[in-house]
Amino acid sequence: MYNLMHLLPEMFLLTAGCVILLIDVFSKDLDRNLTYRLTQLALLTTAIICVVQFPQLQYHLYGRHYVLDPMAGIIKISVIVLAMLALLFARPYILPRRILRGEYYLLHLFAVLGMMVLASGGSMLTLYLGLELLSLSLYALVAMQRHSYQAAEAAVKYFVMGAIASGFLLYGMSLIYGVTQQIHLTDIAAYLAQNDASLTLRFGLVFIVVAIAFKFGAVPFQMWVPDVYDGAPTSTTAFLSSAPKVAAFGLAIRIFGYGFIGIAVDWQGLLIILASLSMLLGNIVALAQSNIKRLLAYSAIAHIGYFLLGIISGTAAGFSASFFYILIYAIMSLGGFGCLIYLGQGSEDVKDIDQLKGLGRKNPWGGLLISFLFLSMAGLPPFVGFWAKLEVFLAVLNAGFIWLAVLGAVMSIIGLVYYLKVVKVIFFDEPETEQKIIAARGLRLGLGLTSLSVVALGVFPSKLLELCRQAFEYL
Amino acid sequence: MLEQLPVLSLLIWLPLLSGVLVLLGPGDKMLAWSQRFALLISLIVLVLCVWLFVEFDRTTAAFQFSEQARWIPSLNIEYKLGADGISLPLVMLTSLINLLVLFGATTSIRFRQTQFVAAVLLLTGAMNGVFLAQDSILFYVFWEAMLIPMFLMIGIWGGPNRIYATLKFFLYTFFGSIFMLVALIYMGRDAGSFAIDAMRQMPLSATEQSWIFWAFLIAFAVKIPMVPVHTWLPDAHVEAPTGGSVILAAIMLKMGGYGFLRFSLPITPDAAASFADILIILSLIAIVYIGFVALAQKDMKKLIAYSSIAHMGFVTLGSFIVLQLLNPDAQSMAMQGAMVQMISHGLISGALFFCIGVLYDRLHTRQISDFGGVVNSMPVFATLLMLFILANAGLPGTSGFVGEFFVIISSFQADWRIALFAALTLVLGAAYSLWFYKRVIFGKPANENIARLDDVNGREKTILIVLAIFIVTLGVYPQLLISVMQPSIEQLLDFAGNSKLGGG
Repeated sequence: MYNLMHLLPEMFLLTAGCVILLIDVFSKDLDRNLTYRLTQLALLTTAIICVVQFPQLQYHLYGRHYVLDPMAGIIKISVIVLAMLALLFARPYILPRRILRGEYYLLHLFAVLGMMVLASGGSMLTLYLGLELLSLSLYALVAMQRHSYQAAEAAVKYFVMGAIASGFLLYGMSLIYGVTQQIHLTDIAAYLAQNDASLTLRFGLVFIVVAIAFKFGAVPFQMWVPDVYDGAPTSTTAFLSSAPKVAAFGLAIRIFGYGFIGIAVDWQGLLIILASLSMLLGNIVALAQSNIKRLLAYSAIAHIGYFLLGIISGTAAGFSASFFYILIYAIMSLGGFGCLIYLGQGSEDVKDIDQLKGLGRKNPWGGLLISFLFLSMAGLPPFVGFWAKLEVFLAVLNAGFIWLAVLGAVMSIIGLVYYLKVVKVIFFDEPETEQKIIAARGLRLGLGLTSLSVVALGVFPSKLLELCRQAFEYL
Repeated sequence: MLEQLPVLSLLIWLPLLSGVLVLLGPGDKMLAWSQRFALLISLIVLVLCVWLFVEFDRTTAAFQFSEQARWIPSLNIEYKLGADGISLPLVMLTSLINLLVLFGATTSIRFRQTQFVAAVLLLTGAMNGVFLAQDSILFYVFWEAMLIPMFLMIGIWGGPNRIYATLKFFLYTFFGSIFMLVALIYMGRDAGSFAIDAMRQMPLSATEQSWIFWAFLIAFAVKIPMVPVHTWLPDAHVEAPTGGSVILAAIMLKMGGYGFLRFSLPITPDAAASFADILIILSLIAIVYIGFVALAQKDMKKLIAYSSIAHMGFVTLGSFIVLQLLNPDAQSMAMQGAMVQMISHGLISGALFFCIGVLYDRLHTRQISDFGGVVNSMPVFATLLMLFILANAGLPGTSGFVGEFFVIISSFQADWRIALFAALTLVLGAAYSLWFYKRVIFGKPANENIARLDDVNGREKTILIVLAIFIVTLGVYPQLLISVMQPSIEQLLDFAGNSKLGGG
């Protein structure tokens, strides 16, 4: 009989999700306050269980379908914290809109559950299971704003693209299973250690790389990113652009790092193309955006390019650099979209950069905190984005790709142009109205937390860096 | 008493934290208190600097008052500070100039004053950090962090075209420094440590050296600025508020020169030697061509900005002519010249920008043609400006003479043609400085407003007199500065002279 205690966080979250669903059905609370509080409580409890049960070693459990190691632990905790912050932003956003339903919170719970399963996936089956649970919840979250054409369009695009990506993943996995007769990643690694990789197996690997690139939104599989980020409700975008990326990192590492490290040369070449194209296209197209949500979407593509640099190196140090990058990026992206919610008054959405005009004069603190986030995305010290860039540059230099580091450097100059444009609008432009932004307490808290953590981690990055190093001790 | 304190950390963190405190404080409602607090902090910083100067051991090139702490062990990045003969004078200059800027800002900045005070404090801390950091990544963090307050300072309190100017300033500087970052990471990876000292010791092949040299060159050349990447400077200077121009000219430009001395020469000596010709030619272009450009300016601030570029040409010339000299005395003289020129230009250009600020505050124009006959209504101001203008032209007895003279004398030993072109500055500098003075100060009052001008008030007079005292003191007795620098200069020449190639 298996000891189910290792699954406690997942099981608790699943049970809590079902119970809250029931409570929500019978709740007469029109504001869905109860559901919101219970959701946050469930997430908090799960996080606490994860911290208490934090695995110091690597365990292969339940027929090796389930892996518990420091990396999975960190991913789970960070994903839960990010989801809690995202809900903090989402609460005031959905209140005046017609998205206000209990399901909105519950879908977050199930998405988090999917991400937790994904982070612990030890075989291709569990990975796929986790990914699908995550993706289905996200499709629904994007589609929540039923009455908006744009949101509907975004949802269809996201669903179709996501389904294609899942299909690619499954197809690649089936090819690999066909060749190796193995479903566990450790067995695949063992197979590759003894046998040469056949063409069919490499073919399967290419499909998996494409699927992962789809999920991350790396060029040339980025088409859905701007439309979905722009069309989805802002609070959904904030969530979509943060926590799932961290979980997808888990997927990438389980596959590249644990399963296919033996044929690293094969996927390295593909990732180099993806990374350099993403940095190029993301940064250059972002220059031309006047819609801030699309700007952030293209900047997300560019950041994925930088993030991939660490994985390309194929070493534990490189993976930890990417891990650090994606964690930091998730915080910054959540804050970046969160600030748009902070700026919106009533049920009006903030989309145009011009709507930020004169914020530094009206709300000096809000303006300053938002600028911190954008400057950190640009990779400027003393903010933490700088350390993230430094780590990945170090990783590619170690792998011997000096040109990639130089390309990244040049592209971050271009990146600075559009991030500075936002800071410029905030501080130097005259406000169009004198009306101050009055934001709900949760929004101020969320913005303050994300922005100040960007500063605090920028001054003292060593703890998080070490934690990311530890995550790959068992590679 | 002060020995027990981490003085260098205080020089950085005292202004930084007080800057944050002023931002967090009650804002413009209690402006007077914020300003007094900021002045007090700057005064403390200056006193600490003076203490450093007194206690400084003038017999060794080793880093003094060093501090070291773990910062990011996983990357071997340390919090490492130290002062030597190259950084100490620059730190003193920074602290002095920023105190004066804060002192002067009370009259010239008219809105969001608290934030301006905070920006100056943050800048002071970050700039001190640049000069004191002995770990290259720490250096880089301060180097970039400093841009943010300056960016906001020009953008918020600047002139009509401020946004273009400040974006240009930020992007140019960032463009330069990102390549430096790649070079630093590359070396830190090989050396196993990001300490500047480890980089000076590590062997580098000729190819590596030339790549690293160019990466550094882009960063520092933008900052100094050298031709052809100087175009951000006139824009930034013209649009910046008086305090911003003073800090830019007096301190930020020095960071490029400091970078050459701290990084380029000791870390990539062979590449520096092989590219010295190009650098010398660029310096001469800056001195001669930009001198002519300055002559043609109609805007007072632009004129001083171009004259700054020309004067900083002497710093690069002095630093790189060393590599073509064989006589150790001449080498050391050239280097002394470059460093004295940095300090002296900091004082003189700072003073000149303050003077322009005085005129601008009264008439709100910077066009030279709008002025004339100012001496009739502002005799004290005219006298002080006379001193600064003559120092700018390199009059013996002022600090402006010492640096240029040293560099010209030593470049004679390398090649008389270099010295000839460099010496043209004595004509050109005198021409644009004195002609500017004549047009603004002498003649009949150009209009009624000028006839009714008030002379400098007590505050302005204090600032200008303090700067004048320093300029004359250093001009008469440069040994005061050189005695501090000498051991470090010897060590630097040692590094620059020793090839890193082939076991040499």
